[in-house]
Amino acid sequence: MTSAAASTAASTAAATPAPSPTARPPALLSVGDLHVSYGAITALRGVSLSVGQGEIVALIGANGAGKTSTLRAVSGMLSPKQGSITLDGKPIAGRKSHELVPLGMAHAPEGRGIFLNLSVDENLTLGAYLRSDHEGIEADRENGFTLFPRLRERRQQRAGTLSGGEQQMLAVARALMSRPRLLLLDEPSLGLAPQVIETIFKILRAVNQTGVSILLVEQNAHLALGVAHHAYVLETGQIVMEGTGKDLLATDEIRRAYLGE
Amino acid sequence: MSDLLQHVLNGLAAGTIYALVALGYTMVYGVLKLINFAHGDVMMVGVYVGYASAKQMGRDTSSSFLGVTLVFLLSMAMCAALGFLIERFAYRPLRDKPKLTALITAIGMSFFLSYSFQLEASLGGLTVLPGAAPRAFPDVITSQVWLIIGDVVVSNKQVISVVVALALMGGLQFLVFRTRFGMAMRAVSFDHRTAGLMGIPVDRVIALTFMLGSALAAGAGILYAIKDTLVQPLMGVTVGLKAFVAAVIGGIGHVPGAVVGSLCLGLVEEFVVGYGGSTWRDAVAFGFLIAVLLFRPEGIFGRVTAEKV
Ligand SMILES: Nc1ncnc2c1ncn2[C@@H]1O[C@H](COP(=O)(O)OP(=O)(O)OP(=O)(O)O)[C@@H](O)[C@H]1O
Ligand SMILES: [Mg+2]
Repeated sequence: MTSAAASTAASTAAATPAPSPTARPPALLSVGDLHVSYGAITALRGVSLSVGQGEIVALIGANGAGKTSTLRAVSGMLSPKQGSITLDGKPIAGRKSHELVPLGMAHAPEGRGIFLNLSVDENLTLGAYLRSDHEGIEADRENGFTLFPRLRERRQQRAGTLSGGEQQMLAVARALMSRPRLLLLDEPSLGLAPQVIETIFKILRAVNQTGVSILLVEQNAHLALGVAHHAYVLETGQIVMEGTGKDLLATDEIRRAYLGE
Repeated sequence: MSDLLQHVLNGLAAGTIYALVALGYTMVYGVLKLINFAHGDVMMVGVYVGYASAKQMGRDTSSSFLGVTLVFLLSMAMCAALGFLIERFAYRPLRDKPKLTALITAIGMSFFLSYSFQLEASLGGLTVLPGAAPRAFPDVITSQVWLIIGDVVVSNKQVISVVVALALMGGLQFLVFRTRFGMAMRAVSFDHRTAGLMGIPVDRVIALTFMLGSALAAGAGILYAIKDTLVQPLMGVTVGLKAFVAAVIGGIGHVPGAVVGSLCLGLVEEFVVGYGGSTWRDAVAFGFLIAVLLFRPEGIFGRVTAEKV
């Protein structure tokens, strides 16, 4: 994918009048003019996006486009150089990660972020670190085991002994343990067998039905756009296109650049 | 035969004290991946706090059970506070800088403590800095022989130091592996960014770990000083270095490893001294380190960690 292709895509999208602008729900998360850099390297240059209440929003883009950096800034893993981030209208840019968890933020980070030195059960317990409703926590743990039965069999095992796919399941299950309102997922399908990917996406839909809003970063554009109410395309640190998942799936440029058709 | 038993006993008693210091190195390394070279000097400060509070109480009070306990608690509390300050102002600002920067700062902090304590200073009659002259630690525990089996002599100091050290270690083991805070510590140790995503207040966990390690060092320092050792500002450097060796031998970052490494070191030293090689003591201790690192670079208990991709 070259940036030329993206800018063509962007201008095409801008030129075509939106067929029926579906009204989006009020924003839970809203990001405006976000700039992020790592030392001298600039990763994001003015990203604006929003996640409505109850929406699944996909963020797609090539390697190095800045998807992970966007999620990191939103969840407080790094503080932005410039720009605003609001959750429920409250400014949260620059706040530390642990202060955002009680506001309903959960982030399953790139590379899964499993504590390999702890057991599967301990990982899940940490997902609920700030909660004190013991019964609710155990119910949610059971729920996680129902979603991913393999985890139940391995609950006493050190998470480092899980397969990559099982670790990915644990990452999703753990993120749900905090009962989030906004779930950030960084490539949940990475390294998983097609069947497992299907299961995970089914689960994400079900979780979304319970009212959890999701910001989904995916390499697998086909899957992501299929499930998303709304989607953004990120290219070298900027949003170059947005629309409903369906609309973007139908766009020639997207099909060519991200779906390999 | 009884000779051997006596040496084993002495070696283990010495080893438990190293273990308390080694645990501080290992805990701080665990959460920060930093060798806190000032750790031995924090211990030295703890010994001086113990010295000053025992002197202040006077001989009768300080040698009562309550008095000794108070000496320990005061010294541990002061060191916890010192550990907090060192972490907050010397290490935290460097957390995201290259590891070498923090390491050099740690060495600087070690020099700062050990050399400023060689100055003499007082403020309104109160001694603030003690000066370089060695002093004998007040006799808060009078030497007694508690047990004689054949030729083997067990002194009250040995028993007390082993019991106190074991109690502190047991408490630490419980804290790390059985409590919510311990789980948070282990999570921070593995990956502090992800730990933050769980809602764990990472800065607070690191600060508390420093305070805990420093308090253990203070406890160890007093046990060490009570064994008729002279108190002087450079004492932390040697003991600290030995305990560091013990932590590395056990596998740095590994809690039981630090204990086993320390006991091994205590035994090795005692045998070298006991069988006539006292001038070789330190050489053998560091030779032991080199030998372990040659054959097991990760230490006795250290694991080579591989991450799944
Ligand atoms: N820790 C870092 N230090 C320096 N540069 C970084 C760092 N993390 C990311 N970058 C740079 O920032 C840019 C955006 O990276 P980011 O990880 O956000 O991309 P991404 O869209 O998630 O890519 P991928 O699909 O490969 O995961 C890249 O150019 C990358 O090289
Ligand atoms: Mg990424």
